Amino acid sequence: MALTLKKVKGSLDRMFDKNMQDLVRGIRNHKESESRYIAGCVEEIKSELKQDNAAIKANAVNKLIYLQMLGYDISWAAFNIIEVMSSPKFTFKRIGYFAASQSFHSETDVLMLTTNMIRKDLGSQTMYDTGVALSGLSCFITPDLARDLVNDILALMSSTRPYIRKRAVLISYKIFLAYPDALRPAFPRLKEKLEDPDQGVQSAAVNVICELARKNPKNYLSLAPIFFKLMTTSTNNWVLIKIIKLFGALTPLEPRLGKKLIEPLTNLIHSTSAMSLLYECINTVIQVLISFTSGMTDHSSSIQLCVQKLRILIEDADQNLKYLGLLAMSRILKSHPKAVQSHKDLILQCLDDKDESIRLRALDLLFGMVSKKNLMEIVKKLMVHVNKAEGSQYRDELLTKIIEICSQQNYQYITNFEWYVTVLVELTRTEGATRHGSLISSQILDVAIRVKTIRPFAAKQMAVLLENSHVIASQLQRNGMQEVLYAAAYVCGEFAQFIESPSSLLNAMLSHRVVSLPAHIQAIYIQNSMKLFASAVTQAEEDEDHEKVEELLKLVMGKLPAFVQSGDLEVQERASCILSMMKYASKAQGKGSKVAGDFNDLFKGELNPVAPKAQKKVPVPEGLDLDAWINDPPSSSEDDVPTTFNYKLKDNVDDFYSTKKEKMKELSPEERKKMREQRIQEQASNPNYLSSSKMANGYQEPGDDTGDLPPVTDIDISIPLHVPGMTSSDKYLRQEQDRRRRRQEERKKRRDEKERKKDKKGRKGRKKGRQVVEESPDEDIEPVHAVDIVQEEMPEGAVQTDSEDDTKKEDIYKALDIDLESPLTAQDKLPTPTHRVAKESPQKGDEEPEEKKKKRKKKEKKKKEKKTRHHHHHEKHEHPQESLLLVDEGEEPTVAASNGDDVTTPVTSQDKVNGHQDAPKEKDKEDLDFWLSPGSGTTGATAAVNGDGDAPSPKQDTPEESPAKQHRHKKKKKHEKSSKHKKHRKEREKSPEKAETGKEKTEERPSTPPLPAMTRFVDLGENEHIGIKYETRVISMQEKQIMVALVFQNNVDKQLKSIEFNVLDTLNTRLIRAPGSTSHDPVKIPFILLPSSGNEAQLLFSVVSLNMPQRLRGTVTYILKDEEGSSQHKLDFKLYLPCSAYLLTAPCNSERFTHLLSSGEVSEKSSIRVNAPDLKFSHALQKICFYLKFSVVERVDDSASLYAATIQQHHVCLLIKAVPNGISVDGKSTDSSLLSNILDEVKEIFK
Amino acid sequence: MIKAILVFNNHGKPRLAKFFQHYSEDEQQQIVRETFHLVSRRDDNVCSFLEGGTLIGGSDYRLIYRHYATLYFVFCVDSSESELGILDLIQVFVETLDRCFENVCELDLIFHVDKVHFILSEIVMGGMVLETNMNEIVSRYMEQDKLEKSEAGLSAAPAKAAAAIKNIDLPTLPKDLKIPNIELPKLPSFR
Repeated sequence: MALTLKKVKGSLDRMFDKNMQDLVRGIRNHKESESRYIAGCVEEIKSELKQDNAAIKANAVNKLIYLQMLGYDISWAAFNIIEVMSSPKFTFKRIGYFAASQSFHSETDVLMLTTNMIRKDLGSQTMYDTGVALSGLSCFITPDLARDLVNDILALMSSTRPYIRKRAVLISYKIFLAYPDALRPAFPRLKEKLEDPDQGVQSAAVNVICELARKNPKNYLSLAPIFFKLMTTSTNNWVLIKIIKLFGALTPLEPRLGKKLIEPLTNLIHSTSAMSLLYECINTVIQVLISFTSGMTDHSSSIQLCVQKLRILIEDADQNLKYLGLLAMSRILKSHPKAVQSHKDLILQCLDDKDESIRLRALDLLFGMVSKKNLMEIVKKLMVHVNKAEGSQYRDELLTKIIEICSQQNYQYITNFEWYVTVLVELTRTEGATRHGSLISSQILDVAIRVKTIRPFAAKQMAVLLENSHVIASQLQRNGMQEVLYAAAYVCGEFAQFIESPSSLLNAMLSHRVVSLPAHIQAIYIQNSMKLFASAVTQAEEDEDHEKVEELLKLVMGKLPAFVQSGDLEVQERASCILSMMKYASKAQGKGSKVAGDFNDLFKGELNPVAPKAQKKVPVPEGLDLDAWINDPPSSSEDDVPTTFNYKLKDNVDDFYSTKKEKMKELSPEERKKMREQRIQEQASNPNYLSSSKMANGYQEPGDDTGDLPPVTDIDISIPLHVPGMTSSDKYLRQEQDRRRRRQEERKKRRDEKERKKDKKGRKGRKKGRQVVEESPDEDIEPVHAVDIVQEEMPEGAVQTDSEDDTKKEDIYKALDIDLESPLTAQDKLPTPTHRVAKESPQKGDEEPEEKKKKRKKKEKKKKEKKTRHHHHHEKHEHPQESLLLVDEGEEPTVAASNGDDVTTPVTSQDKVNGHQDAPKEKDKEDLDFWLSPGSGTTGATAAVNGDGDAPSPKQDTPEESPAKQHRHKKKKKHEKSSKHKKHRKEREKSPEKAETGKEKTEERPSTPPLPAMTRFVDLGENEHIGIKYETRVISMQEKQIMVALVFQNNVDKQLKSIEFNVLDTLNTRLIRAPGSTSHDPVKIPFILLPSSGNEAQLLFSVVSLNMPQRLRGTVTYILKDEEGSSQHKLDFKLYLPCSAYLLTAPCNSERFTHLLSSGEVSEKSSIRVNAPDLKFSHALQKICFYLKFSVVERVDDSASLYAATIQQHHVCLLIKAVPNGISVDGKSTDSSLLSNILDEVKEIFK
Repeated sequence: MIKAILVFNNHGKPRLAKFFQHYSEDEQQQIVRETFHLVSRRDDNVCSFLEGGTLIGGSDYRLIYRHYATLYFVFCVDSSESELGILDLIQVFVETLDRCFENVCELDLIFHVDKVHFILSEIVMGGMVLETNMNEIVSRYMEQDKLEKSEAGLSAAPAKAAAAIKNIDLPTLPKDLKIPNIELPKLPSFR
């Protein structure tokens, strides 16, 4: 009574609980005090979670998920979430798994508690429980969960329900990522799913394999034939897109594949109306074209087609298509720039697009499109955009693009560096901030240093920049362009000989305004003013103008003290150093001696660019071992006396450092100067340093004005100032155009002359002449100046390599780089869930933290409570509740049964296994080679070009049969009308036949009508309540077990529960029961059957010998539950296990097959004849393959050889021939009774 | 692979956030903010692709989004997904929502974010596209809904009644707030 009251009270309370909607509403109503309101809610939720009612808990968790979305950490509720997940009700379970998928991750420690619960849910009788569990698991899988659940998931991959199958297939990818060892054993099943009758499952399998192959494409090349077939047959665009994308990844590895793909892809491009498919086709065609090496001229039509289609996309009003069109265009550009260049107009047009993404794409394209001819034009267009660009990101992008375009491949496209320097200077004056000042700065330095001829011009330009910096400084600063001054100062200093008026520049560089610049720029100013000074003094002394020298000295000495007081160490040190040198020079000058020489000596030598990789490339001199110890490492014996040794070491270290310090201190400026001179001398004699050219003599008159400039107030003007002396890049464009025009005219004149001359000779000559001229427009452009770009310095003996290896790869995918073709070995098995849990559980219990124990106790209490409350449910509840923390034994017969002890391959069959290993691998490769080989006539013309002669032709493969085959093809050719279709069909037909990978269903010829759907399920028994069908399945790597899948169908509108299955074991065949149960105990089927529903259970049987069919008598008992009560019923049956139950589809190629037949291994013979007048041969084949799990080794017209192996490695070979009114079957096997039983089964099929 | 699916409104308020890779709550919020920032400053007539934000991935990733009435639907995907395919998937998602909620509007997403997640889990699983057939998605979702209702049965009656009372003003809300229904433009579908 009390309990009932409590229950009623509980649900009344719930009425006033906040649910998720209330929470949302509450948050919306407390906009001002949201966080306080939520804090209150969290407290409420915490107290709700403490209650026993599952509904309240689920409600609380549901609210938590909402808070999680708002950014609140809910990891503290992880355990509560698991509680909700373990609820037997779907409603709550769904909330629980949903919460887990949102908040759990691999570091969530409570996840290790969930394994058994998830396993139970995966095996649940309710499809949606399984679905919810799979969805959740896909979000929080861990390596441990993956390892423990991989078997359950693989079992679900062959569930009868597509809903479950496709989920199981998809999640397998997550399993492989978390637990790479599962990939190899699971792959055959995954591959099977590529041919699943359900489209969704097929699509999922394609999806998973594409993901796998994207990371490690080479392992999946052998699947190309299957995918090719899918591509030509599938109508599902999702699948097609995935496959076509996959081919895009595969083609770089196998150019022959590309050749095969071109035609179907072009057909798709022509035929499809789906833009997405069209786009992906174009992309893959581009990939294919890229993968072709040079010399493939016959694909220009494909390129043209792609470019044309892309142009349509780009011109489309839909911005998305425009964007993608440009994206694909840039891929073509890499391999076929010419094809794209003809669409320059379109792409330049895209620069004006309102959409930034599209502009960026267009920029990318332009980058690849420039040539010597159009560089100036393109850059000009870009400069216009820089000035009107909105948003700094796009402007930055433009800036970098301009620089990249110009500087690419060592300034390959620049014909006029004056123009480029001008462009750079103009860029510094663009409107709007950018963060690429230093980029421009380094460009200026680079160009000035590497292009010798440009130095005078650059120096003059930079001097203008520096002298006017007081005017433009604020603008530069605003635009983040101050860095340019750094480059300017350096260029002016380094190439001071080109400066027209050093003294005025000197004045500007040491002006008091400089102090406001960043310290590193001040430092470079000071250092370079010194160089400038040296050059000016030299000039003055040569002119014997002592006053001038004095003036200069005074100027510098007057300005420097301002910098000596600088707070920056670098600036201060340089300033004081130079100041003292000046004082010294001043003294010397006073004595009448010349100082210029000394100063010039300071800056002797020329700087050359050093290649970025030079340091790495320094060759190790002979005899030097970098890994060898310089001093022998302390031997271990010395470890015995550690203290003394340490002392010694320490002393040494101290000595080492102290002496060095002293040395450093001793260095006075004079000594440093001496050292520098010494170094310069060394450098002069060292061939690695370019000797400095003697200082140029051609100095201008030194500037007269030594005084300060009249103070000019900074004007903050936002429009670009015209600074006298600065040139405009437009000028060069005009010049260039003029120049080109002139050249063209000249050329034309010349040509006309030639023509006139040649006209006399005849027409032919003229044509030729014109062609020559027109073909080389690009090469004709000569640079304005002779450009000599100084090569980057490399250490002697360095080896020139093109690419530097940057090996950064995603490591998680590396683990999946697994060879999938070599056959499975004993090592490649999935972890079989043994009953370690049961053994370990006491231990686990010990380790369990106190808190959890408490919770468990609570749980048990709660469970008891529940039992009393809703007793009609209690059976259902008990299970999942237990499984959460308590490990129950053998709750699932399938898993429990596969006890891992007898799995290892017996030693006797070891040789056989080894024998297997090489053959299929070879076979796969051969198959692929054949499939790819153009010999089949599809692309025969191109075969010779690429030297594919080494691909094995069909003739080499099977000498006697090839003529027949060819004959068949010829016949076909006559009948087919459209040549395209013919090729297609042939490929389709060939691929399954020759590249047979053990898929029986692929055998069908397109010409024959398909068979009705076949099923291997056989009726086991049926009464008015229940119907049972079963199917036998082999389990990979299990020699002594087979699985029987039972489908129970409820025929009434009442619930059936407590279903139990039992058989009378025979000596040979036993039902594997839960450990601890006797051979008479029934196996509980772990589900109840809802009205008119069905479900599948899987049971394991152990077998000893498999050459005889087995018939097991058994009973299924169940309880029928209706309003009046429940009644127990039973259904007797005979479970027939034919010999074919032990057969497994094993791939076998013809070579191995003939070897097998000739080796004498298969000695037993038998043959039968089946009378079936209406039977089509291909149908007969299909049926045998389907029901008896044979695979076709080879088929020639109306005869075929088939192969299958048993789980204990017996070979069974069949030769099937069409005879009048039926077929004849000749069999060979290692076991005679096995063979005759199987032949009987063949007969049975056609009855 | 799909890395994340975000739905937020014109003011950047998250309405759904599904990450297929672990991020802490703070990172998630930051991603939503950043994505909103990236997406919201774009006009409606520009393309739906964005090369990924810094947080959510490198050069292999891109954002693909659609803007419906007051909501942005943003998918972050890597290069194994077809751009146009994902655009279509967004359309499928929204149309499914429309069918499940009958003229879906932002309020439906606000108050039933759990249901939206359940619908999404029929379409995408673990970052991979699971189902694109709308009828299949809707019927599966409805079946689960039915299952939930049958489970609730009598015991949930009081709670339901309470919820009904509490929700009484809910239908009037859309008019008050003037939240437009998510209109479905007819798109050149690729199916």
